[in-house]
Amino acid sequence: MNTLITVLFLIFAAIILASAIMTVTVKNIVHAALWLISSFFGVGALYLLMEAEFLGVAQVLIYVGAVSILILFAIMLTRDLEGSQNRQLTPRWWIALIVPAALFSLLIVPTVMTHAWQLPPPPPAGQPPAISGAQQIGAAFMREYLLPFEVAAILLTVAMIGAIVVAFEERERRRRVLTLAEQVRLRQRQQQRQQPAPRPEPAATAVQPSEATGSET
Amino acid sequence: MTWIDLVILVVKCIVLSLAATAVFAYFTLFERRTLARLQNRMGPNRAGPGGLLQPLADAVKLFFKEDVTPLMADRWVYLVSPTFALIPAIIIWATIPVGMWPDGQGGNWLQLAEINVGVLYLLAVMSVGVYGITVAGWASNNKYSMLGGIRASAQVISYELALGLTVLGAVMQAQSFSTAVIVERQAQMWNIVPQFLGFVVFIIAATAEVVRAPFDLVEAEQELVGGYNTEYSSMKFALFFMSEYVKLVAMNAIAVTLFLGGWQFPGLQTLTLFVTQQYGAAVGNAVLGLTSLGAFLLKVLALSFVSVWIRATLPRVRYDQLMNLGWKVLLPLSLINVAITAVLNVLLPDAPTLTAIISLVVGVIILAVTANVGRPGKEKRTVKLVEIGL
Repeated sequence: MNTLITVLFLIFAAIILASAIMTVTVKNIVHAALWLISSFFGVGALYLLMEAEFLGVAQVLIYVGAVSILILFAIMLTRDLEGSQNRQLTPRWWIALIVPAALFSLLIVPTVMTHAWQLPPPPPAGQPPAISGAQQIGAAFMREYLLPFEVAAILLTVAMIGAIVVAFEERERRRRVLTLAEQVRLRQRQQQRQQPAPRPEPAATAVQPSEATGSET
Repeated sequence: MTWIDLVILVVKCIVLSLAATAVFAYFTLFERRTLARLQNRMGPNRAGPGGLLQPLADAVKLFFKEDVTPLMADRWVYLVSPTFALIPAIIIWATIPVGMWPDGQGGNWLQLAEINVGVLYLLAVMSVGVYGITVAGWASNNKYSMLGGIRASAQVISYELALGLTVLGAVMQAQSFSTAVIVERQAQMWNIVPQFLGFVVFIIAATAEVVRAPFDLVEAEQELVGGYNTEYSSMKFALFFMSEYVKLVAMNAIAVTLFLGGWQFPGLQTLTLFVTQQYGAAVGNAVLGLTSLGAFLLKVLALSFVSVWIRATLPRVRYDQLMNLGWKVLLPLSLINVAITAVLNVLLPDAPTLTAIISLVVGVIILAVTANVGRPGKEKRTVKLVEIGL
């Protein structure tokens, strides 16, 4: 059983790493998003392998089901999708590789060296583990880590309000789509204005295209 | 786990997948016949007695159609996305207890996987299901498909929130994420009574989540040709079609599990007890398994009829109406439902009947008020006819 778990771990780790590398190297940005999803799935599988079902399912629910679909949504609404002319690597890519690797190892090496890993997890002495992962996490959020939890909630609310404010500003600038009756009235007014002092035809019709483009943005 | 368990598990998986597919085939027939009846016509009745062989004929037809890949399509993504759509629709069935046939070791033959976060699993798999549609729309390299895909992603994200929150109501009622426990807790009273508001919101949000009429803007024929599957033909189209219907039936099965008591029905325990005393435990288990499976399927059939009925009755909503309903009506309603459930369960933890009646009454009142007052776009519009002098 242990070798099976190790083999599975290696497979998932390989999938995660390969997808992550593909995410940053493929030129097509939609493909990059799809590789990112594959990587998220791998992480979810790793959580499952560690018997953290709640985390695993929450990973799929939040990262795969919500975050990535938003990314895809945003990408699909972007004008220039391909970006195939963009160069992926500059000549100094190896510096960019070394510096983050060094910084990351600065962070991870002391943790790996000094942390007291509990492998295998401590067996339940006498009683079976009565509380499942979800309950433990919920209790921890509501008692031990209440302050960080609420700070995060406030931060997210502020971000959401900011997004709404930005979107509303955009909307105020947007020109309203005219109904047929309004268009007719507008044209009549223009024609009335034209009759005393007839202007050349293109100037009068030029109003309509600008209306149309204004309403599309 | 010995190898025999593994073999049993694999066989169960295969049986469940095949059953889901067969249900799809005959659900299409059921839907076409029922729709026809509702529209006062006959429906397909030529292939076999009463049209019973129509699904087979359709399958053969779809198999032998020409399989076209558009020249400018993103080939790999285009090929993979039908599978992307179908796999979640089928694996969603894994944690749904379709009946209760005890295997003697505390397990259940009629539930593939009993995991302690079963409900979250359902939500997660449901949310993954939209990728097939979105990515197919993009990969076809067709503007209509692309619009369908974008609409699908926006719609599913919007309605997922309401759906998740109503499911949370059922979870709070049972105080467990496990589908088996949720069904067991409904032995005395189905969740539809204390969670009436949640049930109504769930049915609406689930219809939107499986992008079905009246929320089928994803494949609105008048606007988008065929929507996301415009460029798909032959078996690839059939896979999309299949995923849509399997998802719909799965959604109804989830509604039954969470709100309509799953495989429970009144008198089941008496019957089982009687048979067990008369004929022994094995026969008793078998009778329990078969009757509970039958009850479950009957409930799913009833809900499926309701979804066909909805499709036949309601016209397609406009896009702004869709978003208004999702964000301004269903989301607040589901939040109210969670609040009511939480407050009542904490205030009166020992009186489930009283709690249920209070929340039923409150839910009905809220729904009535919402239906009358909160109707979006109720402001009076005066239509003025003008003469277009062009």
